[in-house]
Amino acid sequence: MEWLQQLVNGISIGSIYALIALGYTMVYGIIKLINFAHGDVFMIGAFIGFWSISHWNLGFFSALLLSMIVCALIGVIIERVAYKRLRNATRIAALITAIGVSLLIEYTMIFFRGAQSAVYPSTIENRAIDVFGAQISSLSLLILGVSVALMLLLQFIVHKTKIGKAMRAVSHDAEAAKLMGINVDNTISATFAIGSALAGAAGVIFGVYYTKIDPLMGMIPGIKAFIAAVLGGIGSIPGAMVGGMLLGVVETFVSAMGFSSWRDAAAFLILIVILIFKPSGLFGKNTREKV
Amino acid sequence: MGNMRYTKKFGSLALVGVLATSVLAACNEDGGDSGGSSDADTIKIGANLELSGAVASYGSSILDGAELAIKEINENGGIDGKEIELISADNKSENAEATNAALKLIEQDEVVAMIAPATSGNTVATVQLANENKIPIVTASGTAPNITVNEDGSVNEYAFRTCFIDPFQGTVAANFAANELSAKNVAIFADNASDYAKGLAASFKEQIEANGGTVVGEEAYVAKDTDFRTQLTNLKGENPDFIFIPGYYEEVGLIVKQARELGIDVPLMGADGWDSPTLIDLAGGEALNNTFITNHYSSGDPDEKIQKFVEAFKADNGDTAPNAFNALGYDTVYYLADAIDRADSLDGEAIKDALAATENLSLVTGTFTVDDEHNPVKSATVLEFVDGSQVFNSKIDPE
Repeated sequence: MEWLQQLVNGISIGSIYALIALGYTMVYGIIKLINFAHGDVFMIGAFIGFWSISHWNLGFFSALLLSMIVCALIGVIIERVAYKRLRNATRIAALITAIGVSLLIEYTMIFFRGAQSAVYPSTIENRAIDVFGAQISSLSLLILGVSVALMLLLQFIVHKTKIGKAMRAVSHDAEAAKLMGINVDNTISATFAIGSALAGAAGVIFGVYYTKIDPLMGMIPGIKAFIAAVLGGIGSIPGAMVGGMLLGVVETFVSAMGFSSWRDAAAFLILIVILIFKPSGLFGKNTREKV
Repeated sequence: MGNMRYTKKFGSLALVGVLATSVLAACNEDGGDSGGSSDADTIKIGANLELSGAVASYGSSILDGAELAIKEINENGGIDGKEIELISADNKSENAEATNAALKLIEQDEVVAMIAPATSGNTVATVQLANENKIPIVTASGTAPNITVNEDGSVNEYAFRTCFIDPFQGTVAANFAANELSAKNVAIFADNASDYAKGLAASFKEQIEANGGTVVGEEAYVAKDTDFRTQLTNLKGENPDFIFIPGYYEEVGLIVKQARELGIDVPLMGADGWDSPTLIDLAGGEALNNTFITNHYSSGDPDEKIQKFVEAFKADNGDTAPNAFNALGYDTVYYLADAIDRADSLDGEAIKDALAATENLSLVTGTFTVDDEHNPVKSATVLEFVDGSQVFNSKIDPE
């Protein structure tokens, strides 16, 4: 059952892409900005998790929670300091600022701790479970479980809470929302906080699953998550989840068919094809729910 | 106009020619002086090494080893009664500085031979000077084939090395797999972005097929990858009884860990690229059990000659066990000393011929004979990881 095994491999990496893609898509949905610093928030999350597990002796779930809180704060700070004053600037100016923030975070990290990689301590006992001949590690099941739980929580926040309602309203029409008495600034900050918390969670999960983290680790997963968000339809939350999973599985099967060197090329090919033929993504405009 | 320009150009070319000839002539004179003068009471050997900069630890390790060897030789009466004097120059781990350091050693210090830099790139930067000035150079650890052999297949007459070249480790691994582990169906998982790994994979494949084995699966990855589960799952489906993984420790650590998680419990093997404490951090001691690497040398080798060297080195260096670079630096001096002794002359050409004719020279990193391409044919050491530490396993002879 090699295919089952590959499917599990694909879904594991896909759920990490999906968690990061959610942040991209939420921020885009609300202020039409591709937040290229998002991958670096993911990196910070991985390091917070690393420090809390190895230096402060926290368990996996406390490390996950702490990392999400710190990343939420960092997300809000980034928005307040770098993006808020550019809200009425051209979109290209905001985009370039995002790239600047990304480089600032990466190299500040390198300045303080060096560029060498760190190794995640093993916190969770990892057992292989034999399912029809496929070795499914308990770790990948846990990762999948945590990711799905976080996505459900997000759906709940967006659809059932007051702040979720405000987020949907602002993304629909910021001016009208303001007239209705919604505090647009706070709503945007909340969006950044939630998106960044998810990226932080993805960082910890990545560290536990792949062991090795370094200050430039956010670049490739960040770009892949961006592709996942575009694939699903940027601005659409279910789109980001499906896009992430799909990208992970496609990449895995490209490698599995013996084209492992083409794996990244396949991801970018998907981006190009989507942008040419269906720029609105799989969950296109009609059914899209902007947040 | 055209004509004038031509004349000008020709004039400057001629000037360059004259200058070059005079410089060369001066060098030859100098060489003649140091080589021929009978009243010189020491034999000067240069050491053009990385003593600062990015790979300073390589260069200083080689220097420590070389100094021990020189101390021993001088205590035993030197070469034909003459003591060896080691003159070191720091090349700052940069190619241009390596050339400068070589020039300084040749022209100011008038050395008869040089220990070339630790890295292949820095060594290549000094090869031309060595050829032009007829000063033999020996790199202790430069493993790139193009140090001794040019792309067109011609041999650099004055360039030599003490270490084996990269692809040789692939051959050794194949012999070890076939003879010691009785592996028949092997798989290869190589870094597709590194010449080092590709070279090793190619020589491994050639040798394992020559040994009657079959390569049942070949997969590739790219440096900086973190997810290798897909390729490993593919390899697992082929049921190999041995997997060869040439590459560097940053990726290999993750590969070993993920392979064991996927239930691949066959022996895994790599080369000196695995040799780093980070590997053990990444993979964990348990996953690394039943993995092997080839290396130049092991301080745990019970061989008497090696243990004598380890003791002597520890006595001089505050009880630190010598690493592979120390051992190679030590051997490089003995390799040179042996050749100078046999050449019976301090003339660069004679030393070069003696180096090339070296046969069955017994050194710490193996007994070696120099082949037509100035590479030593020698044994390699196989180490096994046991609960997170390297343990000497065996020595594999070439062929």
